[in-house]
Amino acid sequence: MPDKSVPIETQPARVPAQANSAFYNDPRFRAFIYQGLLVVGVVALFWWLASNAQQNLAAQNKQTGFAFLDQPAGFGISFSLIPFDRASSYLQVYFVGILNTLLVASIGIVLATMLGFVIGIARLSSNFLIRQFAAIYVETIRNMPLLLQLLFWYFLMLNALPAVRNAITLPFGIALHQRGLNLPALVPDDRFIFLAVAIVVAVIAGLVFRRWSLKQIENTGRRRPVWLPMLAIIIVPIFLVYFISGTRIAFDFPELRGFNFRGGFTAPPELTALVLGLVVYTAAFIAEIVRAGIQSVSHGQTEAASALGLKEGDRLRLVIVPQAMRVIIPPLTSQYLNLTKNSSLGAAIGFPELVNVYVGTALNQSGRAIEIIGMAMLVYLTFSLTTSIVMNWYNSRVALVER
Amino acid sequence: MTDTTVFVRSQMEPAALPPKRSTGLVAWLRTNLFATPGDTAMTIIAMLFVAWLVPPLWQFLVTDAVWSDPEGLRGEACRFEGVGACWVFIQGRFNFFIYGFYPVDQIWRVNVMFLLGIIFILPLLVPRAPFKRTAAVMFFLVYPVVAYFLMAGGVFGLRPVPTNFWGGLTLTLIISLIGIIASTPIGILLALGRQSKLPIIKAFCVGFIELWRAVPLITVLFMASVMFPLFMPQGVSVDNLARAIVGIILFESAYMAEVVRGGLQAMPRGQYEAAYALGLNKPKTMGLIILPQALKHVIPGIVNTFIALFKDTSLVSIIGIFELLNTVRAAGSDINWSSPTHAVTGYIFAGFVFWVFCFAMSRYSIYMERRLHTGHKR
Repeated sequence: MPDKSVPIETQPARVPAQANSAFYNDPRFRAFIYQGLLVVGVVALFWWLASNAQQNLAAQNKQTGFAFLDQPAGFGISFSLIPFDRASSYLQVYFVGILNTLLVASIGIVLATMLGFVIGIARLSSNFLIRQFAAIYVETIRNMPLLLQLLFWYFLMLNALPAVRNAITLPFGIALHQRGLNLPALVPDDRFIFLAVAIVVAVIAGLVFRRWSLKQIENTGRRRPVWLPMLAIIIVPIFLVYFISGTRIAFDFPELRGFNFRGGFTAPPELTALVLGLVVYTAAFIAEIVRAGIQSVSHGQTEAASALGLKEGDRLRLVIVPQAMRVIIPPLTSQYLNLTKNSSLGAAIGFPELVNVYVGTALNQSGRAIEIIGMAMLVYLTFSLTTSIVMNWYNSRVALVER
Repeated sequence: MTDTTVFVRSQMEPAALPPKRSTGLVAWLRTNLFATPGDTAMTIIAMLFVAWLVPPLWQFLVTDAVWSDPEGLRGEACRFEGVGACWVFIQGRFNFFIYGFYPVDQIWRVNVMFLLGIIFILPLLVPRAPFKRTAAVMFFLVYPVVAYFLMAGGVFGLRPVPTNFWGGLTLTLIISLIGIIASTPIGILLALGRQSKLPIIKAFCVGFIELWRAVPLITVLFMASVMFPLFMPQGVSVDNLARAIVGIILFESAYMAEVVRGGLQAMPRGQYEAAYALGLNKPKTMGLIILPQALKHVIPGIVNTFIALFKDTSLVSIIGIFELLNTVRAAGSDINWSSPTHAVTGYIFAGFVFWVFCFAMSRYSIYMERRLHTGHKR
């Protein structure tokens, strides 16, 4: 023990031995060099590519720029949600493409979610047959390329379905035949706007009421009816508005007249096959996500919830589903995004979505490869970035709830 | 209340009867098919579904199908009312589906390539097989070169065969193999870059990954086939197939990077700290400690990416490359074979081939996952 009064002679702190550590071992120097090399490399690559492109375009006497967007496209599009004819501009082709892509994606997402959840739950069924069917479905569909499935469905649409005269007819004038699928369409009259507003307001009011009463239950611990009053809040005003305003809801039912169906909404076989293929394919992936999500909630959670005395419905609503959804929703959204991107395969069966009409036909006619592919990629990039922003928001919200 | 109630049993309860049948067929049926009335109803519906689906399917695929064509009628053999699957179409065009337009007298070269591939890959797939390291070097480094020269020719007196003669299942396998071999290391590098602390490298990797993941493969392929030539120096022309493969590699490496990133993020910090405490530098920490564990974690994801890549190769048919699906389509429009069902038989055949490969991959990955699932058992 050294004497306390004598200050201990401390050794000087060891400075990093700079003599034998060369400057190139300094992490900061290395960071600088690595990143500098990357920047130089990327810039050089882009510069090289751009100068090549410039030379090539000059040699081929091609113009660049977006002036072509105003020019008339000069070709027809078989299916369009907005008015389109040969005189329409390339910009309108672009919008027709985007709208058709969105149409396929939105129908596909709704149907694929429904089918996927049903099959995912069926995979966990206690019934042997149902379980096996779901497993066979998933393993068959997941392991074949989507393009092949689309071609298959499209082929069946055109060849295995009956001709228009012998169409498979269902109630409400729904008819399925070689030339597509006929669905009834809603024909709004001039007072329909009142009803539409009433529906929106009533649904919002119903949801607000549900939220409020669930909160009341949580705060007071006293049960009160939720579902029936909510339904009443939604349905009663709608009917009142319907009768008071005197709106007449008319449906335009498809009818076989002569050689074709008239009236209603006609989905061409391309659209039907594309939606069918996308739904069948994506549902297999969604089913696996749902199964994994449900299985990820350990059985102890169910038991703990019953031990707390929760009823079956509350057990699912308050304990199991929220935890499963946290696992399900992120991959589910990426499946939605996949479905949207996969709708571009409609190009292979001739459905006029973005890639088909814009990257295909419009590019061939105008020759503006760089501009057109860039614009098409921009659309998908926007979808993707929007989704990931929403997902990040959701993830942060769920993470806060967690602990 | 003076009398006390005692809640203690004084006598033994008589033993409950044994459950009626808890084993055997009947019990199995009872628990798995007829547990509740609802269950019974579902079972009956499912059985009706089987009865509705299977007999016509069997009829189409087997009894009504045309299995042989002794007179060489080709399409005519299947041209009658109520014909089932036209299997003679598959038999007749089998070589085309497998080898594409490859010259018939040179097909032995493709077969040699397949054989070599199987020889080199088997030691890698069978866990107990010896010569792992040699086989890995051979398969990943030597084999691609040998296979390329076998296919393309032009050396050792082999006749040159340009890539537009390659096709069929051979081409599907070639594209997916190159895609897998190239996109895995690129994906790992991108994932490491995304985890990096250096801001520019990180931004570059994030941008690269997000760009390719955002767009559909088909636009990437269009880009490769239409835009790529514009960006090359004048006079340099890159083979159509090579352009498509570059597109696939860029696209799939971004997906691979995200899978690997999942594994890297699952690594606890303690692993890094322990490695540094042992005095390992960054590359050694990554190569010896982090990556082996992280990759093991994400084997299912990696194999899923492989499967997706294998399925995605079918998209190159859209830019006019004759891989399996496109050969089936092309043969389907052959006038000599035209019949009511030959095209759909072709799709069924192609679907089955794709299914066999993908299903095998997914089963193998499950098997591997079980084998490697050692360290996490506590």
